[in-house]
Amino acid sequence: MATVAGTLAHQANTGVWSWITTVDHKRIGVLYGVTAFTFFCWGGVQALIIRTQLAVPYGNVVDAGTYNGLFTMHALTMIFLAIMPLGASFFNFLTPLMIGARDVAFPRLNALSYWTFLAGGLVLSSSFLFGQPPRGGWFNYAPLSSTQYAPDLGIDFYVVGLLTLGVSSLMAALNFAVTILNLRAPGLTMMRLPVFIWMTLIISFLLILALPPLTVALIQLLFDRQFGTHFFNAAEGGDPILWQHLFWVFGHPEVYILILPAMGIVSEVLPVFSRKPLFGYPAIVFSGIAIAFLGWAVWSHHMFTTGMGAVPRTIFAANTMIIGIPTGIKIFNWLGTMYGGSIRFNVSMSYAVSFIALFTIGGISGVMHASPPVDTQHQDTYFVVAHLHYVLVGGAMTGIFSGIYYWFPKMTGRFLDEKLGMVQFWLWFIGVNMTFFPMHYLGLIGMPRRIYTYDPGLNFEFWNMFETIGSFVLAASVLAFLWNFFTTMRKEPTAPNNPWGAPTLEWATTSPPPEHDFDVIPTVRARDPLWYDRDHGIEAPQPTGEHIHLPPPSYYPILIATGILLLTVAPLTHLAMTVLAVPIIVYGIWGWALEPTE
Amino acid sequence: MAHAPAVVHSGRHQTSTGTDNRKLLMWMFLGSECLFFGSLIASYLIFKNDVIARGVGPFAHLVVIGGEEQHGVLDIPLTSVSTFVLLMSSVTMVFAVYGAQQRLPKMMKLALLATIILGIGFLGFQVFEFRTFGAEGLNLGTNLFGATFFVLTGFHGTHVGIGVLYLACLLAGSFRRTGLGPEAGHHVEIAGLYWHFVDIVWIVIFTIIYLIPG
Repeated sequence: MATVAGTLAHQANTGVWSWITTVDHKRIGVLYGVTAFTFFCWGGVQALIIRTQLAVPYGNVVDAGTYNGLFTMHALTMIFLAIMPLGASFFNFLTPLMIGARDVAFPRLNALSYWTFLAGGLVLSSSFLFGQPPRGGWFNYAPLSSTQYAPDLGIDFYVVGLLTLGVSSLMAALNFAVTILNLRAPGLTMMRLPVFIWMTLIISFLLILALPPLTVALIQLLFDRQFGTHFFNAAEGGDPILWQHLFWVFGHPEVYILILPAMGIVSEVLPVFSRKPLFGYPAIVFSGIAIAFLGWAVWSHHMFTTGMGAVPRTIFAANTMIIGIPTGIKIFNWLGTMYGGSIRFNVSMSYAVSFIALFTIGGISGVMHASPPVDTQHQDTYFVVAHLHYVLVGGAMTGIFSGIYYWFPKMTGRFLDEKLGMVQFWLWFIGVNMTFFPMHYLGLIGMPRRIYTYDPGLNFEFWNMFETIGSFVLAASVLAFLWNFFTTMRKEPTAPNNPWGAPTLEWATTSPPPEHDFDVIPTVRARDPLWYDRDHGIEAPQPTGEHIHLPPPSYYPILIATGILLLTVAPLTHLAMTVLAVPIIVYGIWGWALEPTE
Repeated sequence: MAHAPAVVHSGRHQTSTGTDNRKLLMWMFLGSECLFFGSLIASYLIFKNDVIARGVGPFAHLVVIGGEEQHGVLDIPLTSVSTFVLLMSSVTMVFAVYGAQQRLPKMMKLALLATIILGIGFLGFQVFEFRTFGAEGLNLGTNLFGATFFVLTGFHGTHVGIGVLYLACLLAGSFRRTGLGPEAGHHVEIAGLYWHFVDIVWIVIFTIIYLIPG
């Protein structure tokens, strides 16, 4: 087998097989990006059906059961299959380029992360094909997840899907943490790392430590449903609140896992288009660390209404409010970066600036929930829906769009159209506010979340119709982006190495970068290396023509991922599937270990 | 006396921290595992008193319910022996790492084999223990002691089993023409990290479940 794999390296670099066996971090980044954006569109379609159902009282587009499946799958799709992997797409493409490395520390593990993600995403999404989507909301509280209240396979799809996605995320997080700690270019000390890389490192540690509690909760739920335990069954001595604790010990760090990539992206974009170094670099880095650290001590603010007692409520409320401080530090540092700069308002910059505004709105409503009496009023109303969408759509997705426009020339060698991009930006900005701002008001006047319809005469009609129109404006924005993407990809690549005059290492190589990233590994002399070299007249080093070793392609990642896929469907079909899956995985690991990588 | 190099270094992988990539990955993975077992152990502790208050046995330790003594299912002397077996496997694992790093292939192979046998021995004790408890009427669904105990120790046993498979692969690989290659020291040391971790977790589990009375 080893010799076969060894010869793969010398085959052509195009075609489907080259993508299946690729271990190139840039290609895996593209695979992540395209897959995640497809899931993003799919999650958007679910959202449009939800909004159409809610446009008028007594809507009859879908029935109650389908509606429950739709809002559950909308959340799972957007969180686990769109925003997290879109972040992973940037991590993959950019991390080695930004730290001056030729690949990640474990290229094959990187490929395995992607294929496992794809397996988990397909299994989770396929629940719709079988008409049995999970219906318990994305946090899936017991006892609604029990076999008594959810007798079909929906919750099992949820359990195995998230377990598989967790394995994928854990492998990716370990890989990126090692890569950033170990593969930095000469001179690139930790306090010279680009902020985006700092955020990647912090997210990696959050994933490494936050996923196990979720894994345990999912395993306990799996045992409750398949093997007769009663972890969450109060009638048999179990404790439904245990699920909530374990879920939110994961779930709150998860919130930062979703938002920190966007914070890293705007920290790169704002200095470049303000033509000023980032203001308060150490403060931004340390507030990122502080947010991640405090994120572990706030999970119970999701559970204020479960009756925890006054002392825990007070402590969790105080911790939650403290997170507002490092977040505020970041916001003021971004504003300080722009202050006095010569600002270029192109599409990427517009997205980055609107990120600050929209995220601040979501952040402020978050601090409101930190107060237990206020939270008791907000619980399960549309106010919470408004908050989380401002953070995730106005925050995370807006930041991701900023990053797409910013790095698109580096990734493809082509510029996305700026005029169409501006149209798309304004549609997005108006759409976000039209769709989600009225939810604050609806929530405060008492509209509960997760209801499939509502009575007329409660003052809900006007703003619901308004939001539905807003959601279609958002859809138009995404369609405009897709149009922009496909027309741009038909053009000739014209981008120079560093079109924006940016300071970080990824702009030192060609657009798009060669397979080996850098002809010569760059040396870093300051925090903004390219600006330092430019100002001190340091020329880029000339290629020496030395042989550059690249890891050969491998089919073991997709083989092992196939085994994991079979393992995933075992609880859904028959446990005998494991008998098929385990030998494939063991054989794959054995071949992997013996495969020559030199 | 000719000294073999103390540690087999591979000059190829210069890293920023000086720690080998694979070793760093294993350390961070073990950090993740701490949270995994921590959550399982926390689940056990959360239900510990509830199980006794509910009064549906069998119980872990001797309890008095309504003036009536009910004996516990845990056999502390027997499990002390199996704990000793697992602890000894850590000793032989140290010899395996030493053998690999000092290029003493015979010692490495023997020590790996001993570790594997001791690991399988521990699993044998666990199978016996599970079967005995089953015969006494303790199952996954009997009460929350059964659920938390079997899931926690079962997942620990799975980790031991994966460790046995891992070491068996290293042992099988060491019989290839090139042995485990120039980086044998690294490979066995990283496997050793995993093995010692699984051992340490058992010491925590043994203390919390077996030694602290109910």
